[in-house]
Formats: sequence, C-alpha cells, structure tokens
Amino acid sequence: MTAKIEVHDFNLFYGKNQALHDLNFQLNEREVTAFIGPSGCGKSTFLRSINRMNDLIPNVKVRGQIKIDQQNVYDPHQDLVELRKHVGMVFQQPNPFPLSIYDNVVYGPRIHGISKKAELNEIVERTLKQANLWDEVKDRLDAPALGLSGGQQQRLVIARVLAIQPDIILMDEPASALDPISTERLEELIIQLKESYTIVIVTHNMQQAQRISDQTAFFLNGYVVEFAQTQRLFQQPTQQKTAEYIAGQFG
Amino acid sequence: MNAKLTDRIATICFYLIAFLILSVLAILIGFILYQGLHVIDWTFITQPPGSILTGGGGVAPQLFNSFYLLVLTMLITIPIGLGGGIYMAEYAKPGKWTQMIRLSIEVLSSLPSIVVGLFGLLLFVQLTGWGFSLLSGALALSVFNLPLMVRVVEQAISAVPKEQTEASLALGVTHWQTIMKVILPAALPGIITGFILASGRVFGEAAALLFTAGMTSPVLDFTNWDPSSPTSPLNPLRPASTLAVHIWKINSESIVSDASKIAAGSSALLIIGVLIFNLSARFLGQWFYKKLTSTR
Repeated sequence: MTAKIEVHDFNLFYGKNQALHDLNFQLNEREVTAFIGPSGCGKSTFLRSINRMNDLIPNVKVRGQIKIDQQNVYDPHQDLVELRKHVGMVFQQPNPFPLSIYDNVVYGPRIHGISKKAELNEIVERTLKQANLWDEVKDRLDAPALGLSGGQQQRLVIARVLAIQPDIILMDEPASALDPISTERLEELIIQLKESYTIVIVTHNMQQAQRISDQTAFFLNGYVVEFAQTQRLFQQPTQQKTAEYIAGQFG
Repeated sequence: MNAKLTDRIATICFYLIAFLILSVLAILIGFILYQGLHVIDWTFITQPPGSILTGGGGVAPQLFNSFYLLVLTMLITIPIGLGGGIYMAEYAKPGKWTQMIRLSIEVLSSLPSIVVGLFGLLLFVQLTGWGFSLLSGALALSVFNLPLMVRVVEQAISAVPKEQTEASLALGVTHWQTIMKVILPAALPGIITGFILASGRVFGEAAALLFTAGMTSPVLDFTNWDPSSPTSPLNPLRPASTLAVHIWKINSESIVSDASKIAAGSSALLIIGVLIFNLSARFLGQWFYKKLTSTR
C-alpha cells in the first residue's frame, strides 16, 4: 500500500481555540478511510483541511503539514484551484446547483475549459454510469436536478465531482440525510469507487464505517485517539476511550 | 386577568392594527385615484401643458422626464450598486474598515432627500457648470439611491445558500467564477426585485430634484432624437421637471385655472406608475426565481 495522504504534526486553531492537536497518520491510496467520533471532535474540520476549504473561515490558522503525493498542500505556492481539482468533496446535504442534471455534471469541466459537445456528452454518460445514476436519469438529462430524490441528488453530486477527474474524494457524512435504501446504494457506490479513487469519509454511523472502510480513525476532542485497520479497531481497540465509544457508552 | 383573555385581547389588537394599516393605504390610494382618474385621458398623457391663460393640455414632457431620469439614474446606480453589494457580501472581512463602510451606507441612506438635493445643487449643478439638468438630477438621485441598492444586492447574495458556494469552490472553481456562475444567478431574482422597488422610489422622488433637475422643461420636440440638441428630449444636459416635481410646482405656485385638476391627474398617474413598479417587482422576482431554480 502506498501512502496517498501523509499528515505530519498537524494542528488547527480557530482564533485562540485549538481544534486539532498534533495529528500524525497516513491514508493509503485506493482505500477507504473512515473518521468516526462524537460531534464537535474535529473530524469534519480535518476533512476540510485536506482540500483547504477551511481557508474560507476567517481566523483559521494551521501548523504542520498535510502532504498529498509528497506535496504539502499548505505550501505557500500551492494553487488552490489545482488542489481542489485533485481533491473532490461531497457534502452532508446534497447540494446540486439549481440547474439541469446535465448542466450539473458538466459545470466543472466547462469552467475548466472543455466546450466540445461530444466530449461533454461522453463525460456525462461516463460519470453518471460510474455514480450508478445513469439508468435512472438517462431519459431526462434536461430535467431540473432539484427534482431528484435526496439519494439521487447525492449520487449526482458524486458524478459532478468525478467529472473533474480527482484522485481523492472527501465525503462529509454523505449518507446522514438519506433513507436506508439510498444509504445502501451509496455504500455500494463507495466500495466500487475505491478501485480507482482514494476516499476519506466522515461518518456518525459505526456500522457504516465497518461496512465500507479499510482503515478507521477515532477522533475525540481534537485528538486522534486511535488509528488502525477497521476490523482491528472495532474488534480489539487498544485504547480505553475507543472501546467505550464503540460500545456506545458516550457520543 | 386570566391568560386566555389576555391572549384574545392581544390577538384582536393585532388584527385591528393590521386593518388600520390596510385601510389607510386603501383610503389614500382610493382618494387619489377617485380625484385623478377621470382627468387622465389620451390628451393628458400625450400633450404638453397648455398655456397659462387657456389651461388644459397634459403632462407628456413630465411623464417622459420621469422615465428618462429613472433610466439615467439606473445606468449610474446599477453597476456601482452591484459592485458595492458584491464587495460587502463576498469580499469585506469583518473588522473596523467594513464597519465603517456599513456605517457610511446607513448614514447615506438616512440623509433627508432635500439635503441630497442641496448637495447636488452645489456639486452637480454649480461646480460642474451644467446648470439644472437631467444629468445633475440623475447624479443626485444616485447618491440617494446607492445605499439602498448596495443593501439589496448584499442581502440577495447573502441569502444564497452557503452549500451552493462551497460546492462550486470545492470543484476547483475560482471565487470570481463562482460569483458569476452560481451566486449571481441565484441572487438575481432578489436583486431584480430590489432594483424595481428602488425604481419606484426614484420615480416618485421630488425633493432631491427641485434644485438639480430643475422645475421647468424646455419646449421639447419629440421628433428630434439628437441628444446634443437643446430641444431634444434625450439631451441629458437640459433642465427637466418630473411628474412628482410638477405636482409640487402646480400645487404651490401655479396660476393656471385648472391647476387642481392637473395636480389630481398627475398624482393619479404617479401612483399608478409606482404601483406598477411594485407589482411587477413581485411578479418578475417570482418568475425569475422559478426560471433560474427550475423548480416546478
């Protein structure tokens, strides 16, 4: 397994409050890594540090490094547009644009300079097939994306991310607004996508983490308490806190 | 007194207040329309005012001036208002500087319009040497209108869901492209509604124009479309009395025999104009919203 993302002594501050403390771990290429932990423990904050979405929040300061393919994303010369083209993100609430299904998928490619109709058509078909949505929408690509169900919208958003050809996909509780059937389809999709993409997923659902992830990190109060192979972490946690959390004693 | 009774009394009070507001509006508009509607006919809106001796005639130049002045004002305020609103909503970071801008906008919006008019007299009429002119009037109205425009744009942009902006940024799209492709289209219905409401205000404004656009109109030749000619209606450097100013002037100093009739007709015309602006703002805003969000 090669390391895709390496985290070295990573700290994050909101003004004077320290939200993340000395994180050190590696995320492997073409694996799913799950972040679990109670609300407010810093897992989403860390996820948003990988593609530097936290830059949008005033007064955020970071110390330490996050390296993607040996390249520190907090390097002063880092081009944010390039970074985010390589690191796609799927949010908690499905957030398609108020456009047609087709226009949602080609939004990124169009802005990044692809204008040939045939090429765009090919991207739409390929990414919607990858996202397991093609069969449901192929006859109504011009229909408004907001008319889709929540689960379909979330898969559309994934297709939209795939269209910019990232190699890492970050997912911030992508299933928390979905019903059980949509969730199951989304999990199947994540396992498929693992063949070509490195996936990092924040989840509240410990069963979900066990079903889809290879490695799991347990976050608590801004620290990573335990980071291990998913099976090992859930079956033989080495830390007292991890054991209590997965046994449902708090959180 | 028991809680249920208090609740009932409070409810009745609020209904009465709502009814009071409605009836004030209804009486006001009803009275003006009742007085003025029968004066308005084709001659009234297409003919210039008659002579002092004969009376009669219409308010065609004033009506035209009102619309033309509105267009000029909007040409100035829309770009600046959009820019200011986008800055305030997207770029301004919280701090002393932004606070100062916000305070300035508030102060500017609470200036009495007659004061803005006097300021316009000094700056746009005398200092520039243009004399009473449509352009001076448009600039004075811009001063008076800008704070409202900036606020409308800022509010419309802030109401765009953060998720949409983040989705775009996370796709490696720059801030500017995100503003153009996602934020402005989503904010457009609100912006347009705000612009039209502001137009209604500009359309009915009189005090800021008395000393800037002037209280008289030259004899206009509506077949002359050369903007540099003094008799052309399009000449931005000619003096122009708008409908609202005309009403004030007729009522306060005119000796035409049918002054009250003309004032009543003009008032009705003005009210109808403002009502059209308000209603079309609602209608267009909703239409754009449906169009852009493709909700069905």
